[in-house]
Formats: sequence, structure tokens, C-alpha cells
Amino acid sequence: MESTILKTEGLKAYYGETKVLRGIDIDIPRNRVTAVMGPSGCGKTTLIRCFNRMHEMVPGARIEGKIRLEGRDITSMKLIQVRRMVGMVFQKPNPFPTMSIYDNVLAGYRLSGVKLRKEEAQRIVEESLKKAALWEEVKDALHRRGTFLSGGQQQRLCIARALAVNPRLLLMDEPTSALDPKAAHRVEELISRLKETVTVVVVTHNVAQAGRVADYTAFLYLGELIEFGPTSQLFTAPQDPRTEEYLTGKFG
Amino acid sequence: MEAAKGDQLFEILSRLFALLVLTIALGGFVTLTVLSWPSIKTFGLSFMWTQTWDPVAGKFGALPFVVGTLVTSFLALLISTPFSLGTALFLAEYAPKSLKGIMGFTVELLAAIPSVIYGLWGIFFLVPLVRKMEIALSLPPYGVGAFTASLILAIMILPYATSVTEAVVSLVPEELKEGAYALGATRWEVTRYIIIPYARSGIFAGTILALGRALGETMAVTMVIGNRNEILNSIFAPTNTMASVIANEFTEATSRIYLASLVEIGLILFLITLVVNILARWITERLKVQRGGV
Repeated sequence: MESTILKTEGLKAYYGETKVLRGIDIDIPRNRVTAVMGPSGCGKTTLIRCFNRMHEMVPGARIEGKIRLEGRDITSMKLIQVRRMVGMVFQKPNPFPTMSIYDNVLAGYRLSGVKLRKEEAQRIVEESLKKAALWEEVKDALHRRGTFLSGGQQQRLCIARALAVNPRLLLMDEPTSALDPKAAHRVEELISRLKETVTVVVVTHNVAQAGRVADYTAFLYLGELIEFGPTSQLFTAPQDPRTEEYLTGKFG
Repeated sequence: MEAAKGDQLFEILSRLFALLVLTIALGGFVTLTVLSWPSIKTFGLSFMWTQTWDPVAGKFGALPFVVGTLVTSFLALLISTPFSLGTALFLAEYAPKSLKGIMGFTVELLAAIPSVIYGLWGIFFLVPLVRKMEIALSLPPYGVGAFTASLILAIMILPYATSVTEAVVSLVPEELKEGAYALGATRWEVTRYIIIPYARSGIFAGTILALGRALGETMAVTMVIGNRNEILNSIFAPTNTMASVIANEFTEATSRIYLASLVEIGLILFLITLVVNILARWITERLKVQRGGV
């Protein structure tokens, strides 16, 4: 039995009157990569946006049910604490264009006014960029704008930025869908290595990608969690006919 | 073949119109130069830094008005920028949709009020108010003067800076704001570290647009500035701007050199606004944020 880092109980999510998640119970295992897959509009992005409370930023959006992070209800935690513990990488690489590579990595500290000593800042930048497998490519250009990098490098910079504040959980929302195949491959490799230090939840509509990177896979359909289990098991012996149909490309 | 002919005709027509605009601008410049020639010939470059404006003696210098224009315009900018920036950020980032429409419309309405109405309001409302202030500060209680003119200008230029700033703030990509929020930033931190740096070029452009308005504003300023042809010795002193002295004295300009001197002031104003706009464009380009493609 795996140890659980995040647990949802009867999680329902709404945009106004529209119910997007219809009661999700899932236990995210610690230091593993969990893929959330499903057809467009099934609620997979909404699900992970509940985990760091980004969902509630949309006017009219709300949730019901409980989300426990390390056993604590996230709605009772301070927002900044949740966002510090739960990092996020977006579909489209979004390095801050007004900041250098160096400042982008430190953005999590700078944005909230945390002052770092110079040696400490340098150590964090180097470590984070190494974890994101970008250090070798940018170590001589740290004070250049991050937006001069290629798309794949930009996405790895965003991963470094998220890792810099030492999150427990890293959410990735289709992190390779805006990248070319080679850059996507590098990010996938990176994801598999990241689980040594952080738990990863990756949203994907790419079945093959889930198969390659994930230890566990969740299949969402129309706002319901149809099936969740070890990737090998879910891929070879799906319990639900809808999972099998999705895996074989019958819909989605 | 018919379509190609129409196409050609349209191109010629549009080129003609574009040229016409250029010709008019150039024509204005030439006219001003020709009409002010007697003054340019008599006073030369010293016109720019001469303080005397004496129609009786026939001695003219533009310095009091150049100073008056620059002081009132920049003071107006200083007063209005915090308000325009605050209003624009509120409208673009904080205001709920219902309020946004009404407030945005109201701010834009400020631009639709005729200048002379501002002038009247200034005379009946601002002048007594400033006079009280001056009494409290034990200054000569004129009421009218550079400061009053700056206050009126600040209100008049507010909608220009606000609408440009609001537009550029609304253009800050959502994914950048989301990225910052996901790192635990508060709304203020996102505004301070993401939105303002990203939008700075547009914010600056809006400010300069407002400055351009202030430099040339005539009617309201003429009504409250006190119309004294002396270089101001305090921001409360009555003085004149380039625009206000032209408006105020044009009908009295009986001698050839008097008229020519007034037109030369117009020429200088024309050149100052030109330089401000060129400088602004150059700085705006330099402030633009580069975003690489993905």
C-alpha cells in the first residue's frame, strides 16, 4: 500500500450552475507520477486546478467535498501555503517576459517579497535548473531574458521555477502539448526523474504519454472518475468497458 | 481585368489621401514659418530665451510662455498619473463587470465635455477653492494661476491616460497572471511584478498622449491661468501658456511684428509637441516587452 499525499472525498466542482466534477474520490500516491487522462471536457484540468485552489479564482466557480493535502483540509490552509506546497506547470510555457532566467527561477520568492541572501539565491537557481535538466544549456545566459529560449527550454524553465520553492506536489497541465516531439520527449524524461523529489500529477489527453511516464493512471469521463490504478494494470486489464474504449481510440 | 482596374484605382486614391494628410501637416508648418518670418528675422534665436513681452515697445520673447506651458503640463501629468493608473488598474483587474461598464463610460465622458465648460467650472469652483488654499498658506490670493490651470488640465487629460492604460493592462496575457498566482502571489504582487512591468510601454504611451493634450489645451487654461505675461516665480502665480497667450492676444495684435511674434509662439508649440511625440515613440519602442514564440 502506497502512502498518500493528497486525497479527495466526494469532490464536486462547479462553474456557476454547471457541474464539471461529479464526486471524485482519489488518493494520489506519494513520490509517484500519476497521469489524469480522458477526452476533452471531462474535467481533468479542473480536477488538478482544485488541488492548488486555482479553480476558485474563476468568478462563480466553487467546490463541494474535501481535499486533504498531507491530511489537512486545503480550504482551511492559507492560500499562499497551498500554492507553495503545490506547484503548477501550464500547457503553454509562461516564463515571465520581463524577468531574466535567473529571476524567473526565483519568481516564487521574489513575487511574495521573500529576501534571499545572494549565495542562497544562486544555490537555489543552480539546483532548480539542474533538477529541470536545463542548467547546462543556460548556465552562461542566466541574466538574459527567459523568452529567448526555445519552447521546450521555456517549459523546463517553468518547471525549474515551480521546483524552486520546494513543492511537495507538482501539477502539470498537458505540459508537452505545445511542444515539438523532441522537446516533448525531453520533458517526459524529466517527469520520470522528478518523482525522486516530488509527487507529480500530469494531465494528458495522450494515452501513449500516460503509458510512458505514469506509475498510476486515472481515467476521467464526463466529470466522473471511471477507473484509477497502476498504469500497467489499467492499460492491460481495464475493469470498465469505457476505459477500454478510450484506450483503443473508440472515443475522445 | 475589371477587378484589377478597380484595385489599381483604389490604390491610387488611398495613396492620394495619405499624401494629402502629409501635405496638410507640412503646409501648416510652412504657413507658420512664413507668417512668423518678421519676428524670426528681428529677434532671431534669442526669441526663445527673452523674458520681455512688451507690445508697446515692440519687444517680444517667448520664454514666459514656454515655461508656463511646460510647468502646467508636467504638473498636470504629475497630479493625474496616480489617478489614471489607479483607475485603469481598478477597471481592468478589480472591478466587477457591471461596475466596469458604467465607470469606464463615465471616465470616457470626461473627454467629451467641451473645454469651455471646464473653464467655466474652473472659474466658479476651482478658483475660489485655490484662493482659500492660498489664504491658508499666506500667499497672494489670486485664485487664478498656473496651479489652478494644472488642476483643470489634470482632470481633462485623465480619460486619455486612463483608457490607454486600461487597454494595455487588459492585454497582459492571462497565462502570465495565472503563472504568478500559482506561485502564491497575491493580487497586489501580480499587479506590481507582472502586470505593470509587462504593460509599462503602453502605460508610458498613454501618459505621453495625455501630455500632448495638456501642452496644446487652450480654452480652459486661458480662462483660469490669470493671463499675465511674466515668467512665473511660484506655481501659484498667474502666467500664460503658449496656447493661452495666442488665444488671448490674437485679436489685439495690431502691428505686424506683434502678430508675427504670436505666430512664432505657435510654431514653437508645434515643434515642442513634435519633439515630445518623437521622443515618446522612441522610448515606447525601447520599453516594449519581447516575447519569444513557442
